[in-house]
Amino acid sequence: MSLCRYGPTAWTSIALALLLVLAALFAPPAQAQAELDREAATAVVGVSPDIWRQVRSGEVDANFRDTRFDSTYNLVNSSGERWRQLRTRWVSPFGLIAVGGMIVVIALFYVIIGRKELSEPRTGRKLLRWPLFVRSLHWTVASLFIVLALSGLNLLYGKFVFRSLFGDAIWGSMISASKLAHNYLGPLFGVLLIVLLARMLKHNWPKRHDLEWFRQGGGLVGKGHPDAGFANGGEKLWFWLLATAGLAVVASGFVLDFPNYGQSRDTMQWANLIHGVGALGLTAVALGHIYIGTIGSEGSLEGMTTGYVDETWAKDHHNLWYEEVKDQALPEEALGGDRRPGDSPSETASRPG
Amino acid sequence: MHCDDAPCMAVCPTDCFYKTDDGIVLHDKDLCIGCGYCLYACPFGAPQFPKQNAFGERGKMDKCTFCAGGPADSKEEEYEKYGANRIAEGKLPLCAEMCSTKALLAGDAQTVADIFRQRVIHRGHRDGGWSGNPRREQERSRAGADLTQADELAYDATRQG
Repeated sequence: MSLCRYGPTAWTSIALALLLVLAALFAPPAQAQAELDREAATAVVGVSPDIWRQVRSGEVDANFRDTRFDSTYNLVNSSGERWRQLRTRWVSPFGLIAVGGMIVVIALFYVIIGRKELSEPRTGRKLLRWPLFVRSLHWTVASLFIVLALSGLNLLYGKFVFRSLFGDAIWGSMISASKLAHNYLGPLFGVLLIVLLARMLKHNWPKRHDLEWFRQGGGLVGKGHPDAGFANGGEKLWFWLLATAGLAVVASGFVLDFPNYGQSRDTMQWANLIHGVGALGLTAVALGHIYIGTIGSEGSLEGMTTGYVDETWAKDHHNLWYEEVKDQALPEEALGGDRRPGDSPSETASRPG
Repeated sequence: MHCDDAPCMAVCPTDCFYKTDDGIVLHDKDLCIGCGYCLYACPFGAPQFPKQNAFGERGKMDKCTFCAGGPADSKEEEYEKYGANRIAEGKLPLCAEMCSTKALLAGDAQTVADIFRQRVIHRGHRDGGWSGNPRREQERSRAGADLTQADELAYDATRQG
């Protein structure tokens, strides 16, 4: 017999194998089933199309969470692509159209229609419009706004222009400075904006005559100036834009600026989109505000620099306010060169601004 | 192995990402400002912040370099900033090198796919090795075969909407 060659050990092995087979045959089936169930319960989930569908739908489950110890993130960040597409296909191009378009519209307006001159010569008598507190607050918020707008625009569009223009070394410090300025000045801007809005609120409650102001395009449509109180319809619109979109930008900015409070990646994606849309929109409108306040209309800027405006300007642009305060007008000489408006007796008496 | 159309590259405000000739996506830590946009965009959580500091400062972004280092003036600086550049030494990325079951492979996508297909065939799955071949699938289903399992094996998660 050929098997003899393997000696007794071979025979023992065969006998053992037979024994195992017999044992398996007579083992209780229930136990085998329990074994299988236990294995299924602890086994790694098989990767099936359904699993992938669950993962991609953004469902977070113990089986498909990413592996960092404190993570609540899904295995696959499906919302990331949506954020990317919204940012690069919508926010970025349309923001450029809004801001660039505004510059073009203002330039055309200035060339074709030109500066809004005073309708009569100046009377030389001045009315206090903006007290020192408001002016310093305004210019602080304005400077911060400009720094944040420029650094924000650099963060969104800078790479398309400055990297190839200046090279990596300068671009690197430029963009790094932009981020630091944006992140550290942003909260300051937010707080001061809220103070400024609170201070300005009393002038900006909408009135019936504001509708008429808009109907006449602030004086562009038809003849003469539409009625306006201390703040005209346009100024009130700018105020309420800042009080809504501006505060949304501030709030979303805080969400983005302090990731150490554990807000999720998805929250920050939405905060980023709100921040971008709001900030680009406000930047576009701010260009209009800056134009009207500086070269766009004669006599406006001096209100925010010296605090006083000419009677003629007040009559032209804020006739209802002028009627209220015309008896408080001061001759130019009475103000003096370095006289602080805060010292003015008329300010304490009537508290304008 | 790394993305063809990398979201991190698309959203980076500093444009610090670049793709090597081998298709590896690397980033320049001298340009990175740690804004975290690549983290928002990446489907796989690859970019990760190295630290958590006061005022939300989290340092410059770290990411898988496919063990291919990054831009630096010297080898020491490269190692310091990006870890080992094993690709330059003709080696595999460390994860693939060390993976005890050889589940992690690295290399050209087509080669890696071929290896996986051979494994499926080698382990005796009837359809897995050929799934995705429409003509064969038609023949098989006409012959009355159940192809659901083959479909599952062929499921490519990256191509589903």
